[in-house]
Amino acid sequence: MAGTVKRNYAAAHAKSQRGTEEPTWAKWVLITIALLFCLVFLLLPLANVFAQAFSKGWSIYWSALTHPDSWAAIKLTLLVAAISVPLNVLFGLAAAWAIAKFEFRGKALLITIIDLPFSVSPVVAGLMFVVLFGLQGFFGGWLNDHDIKIIFAVPGIVLATVFITFPFVARELIPIMQAAGSDQEQAALTMGANGWQTFWHVTLPSVKWGLIYGVILCNARAMGEFGAVSVVSGHITGQTDTMPLRVEKLYNEYQGPAAFAISSLLAMLALVTLGVKTFLEWKQAREYEQAQRASISESGDTAMIARSQVE
Amino acid sequence: MANKRFNVLPGFGLTMGFTLFYLSAIVLIPIGGLVVRTLGLSWGQFWELATTDRALAAYKLTFGTSLIAALANAIFGTLLAWVLTRYEFPGRRIIDAMVDFPFALPTAVAGLTLANMFAANGWLGKYLVPLGIKGAYTPLGIIIALTFVGMPFVVRTLQPVLESFEREVEESAATLGAGRLRTFLTIIAPTLLPPVITGFALAFARAIGEYGSIVFISGNLPFKTEIAPYLIVMRLEEYDYAGAIALAVVLLIISFVLLALINVLEQWASRFVKG
Repeated sequence: MAGTVKRNYAAAHAKSQRGTEEPTWAKWVLITIALLFCLVFLLLPLANVFAQAFSKGWSIYWSALTHPDSWAAIKLTLLVAAISVPLNVLFGLAAAWAIAKFEFRGKALLITIIDLPFSVSPVVAGLMFVVLFGLQGFFGGWLNDHDIKIIFAVPGIVLATVFITFPFVARELIPIMQAAGSDQEQAALTMGANGWQTFWHVTLPSVKWGLIYGVILCNARAMGEFGAVSVVSGHITGQTDTMPLRVEKLYNEYQGPAAFAISSLLAMLALVTLGVKTFLEWKQAREYEQAQRASISESGDTAMIARSQVE
Repeated sequence: MANKRFNVLPGFGLTMGFTLFYLSAIVLIPIGGLVVRTLGLSWGQFWELATTDRALAAYKLTFGTSLIAALANAIFGTLLAWVLTRYEFPGRRIIDAMVDFPFALPTAVAGLTLANMFAANGWLGKYLVPLGIKGAYTPLGIIIALTFVGMPFVVRTLQPVLESFEREVEESAATLGAGRLRTFLTIIAPTLLPPVITGFALAFARAIGEYGSIVFISGNLPFKTEIAPYLIVMRLEEYDYAGAIALAVVLLIISFVLLALINVLEQWASRFVKG
């Protein structure tokens, strides 16, 4: 008797599984198409970068990277990122603090405007700075009189990069700080901490993963930006060529392996960025799970206390 | 946190002041500069510069290729998101992490490697070009590059919706006798549609402005494979600032319209995600 019930239950269970799952053949067809798509659009392009970079051997690869002009491009890229990322971190922290901890009119509009640079074409972004600081631009004459170069020089490249990477840190931090609320900070202030102490010891630790996440995305984009930088750089070899611009120049000069050699560094940067990102997501998920478990056992305790009181 | 006046937290003036200053210096003044320069042109001048035959061909190409690429992303992105959230298979986690690769890879590198792969002697071009499928220096190449660049959008908008989707609803449908296909079409698909459309719009908006990956793969021939952002760069190199600005303003207006549309779509789509 019990056996029949069990068998019936198992059959019913298998049937309900069948109801919410595709037939096995359909499943594997879908998986195969997805994998093929990923092969053509993710894995092959990545593998091709390294295959082409090393196609003429290790020594060609190495000499392409250590060529003075390439080396200058690498240094410029690092410099530009080293200036623009901290600037946007500072902005991201300030904006997130103001938006998440206070109420004011026009908040939604402010958040939309912060996201604006994402929707502007990089070429248009570069052009905006040419319009402001170029020789025929608004401040071009004045800058020329005072012998200050912004366009076709490093400051222009930094400005264009800052514009393109503007929202990254802020948009990571704002939702995290909003979700955290301000109870912890208020407690710290009540206990006598000053504003800076509260920020350093309470707010910053609570948003650190989101901050790191924003920083690595911002950095990857800053080092890899092409369109906006291309418009303002002037392409002066050895002076205003960043790594992506150097890639283009080598490609146009039919130096394929050298172009791919520089590209391989940028591809590695992308892989490291993805690695850190995946690690951070894993870390966040684990912390969330632990917090969840803690709160469950806590509510379990309360339930037990409540029951013992009733008894 | 009801009212600013009763908020004990310090630093509102400082952080808000810096935010507004920095926002103005980096974003608002540059955009304003472009707008003011455009207002310096008469309407007739602007219209003439923005609608030359070459510009019209460039808009058409930019829109056409962006639309096809965004559609490809909607189809394959939906499939990918579905496979990643519903099935277990070897390599799933790696592929899940790799979906963001197009965001992390500099566009110039993407364009370079794709152009090389689809060229006559490349890994894929070797087999495709003899069949008449030319993926480099053609509009098809532009579509390939834009599909690569826009790939994460649909997957990443759809994944959270699929993850929070209640399987019980599907189970009830099955219990009530619906076949799997019918369950998918009547229960699952309507829920997935808003995020898919949002992802499609995001990929499309990104594609309209894309430059880095395309310069490598398209060949940039006027009237044939020249996209609108590339034409702006050409005008600048000819020192035709008015021409460049007119085209840029057209692109800027299009991006702002798309941004407004995406905001509406996201609000619509967010009603379907269970917090």
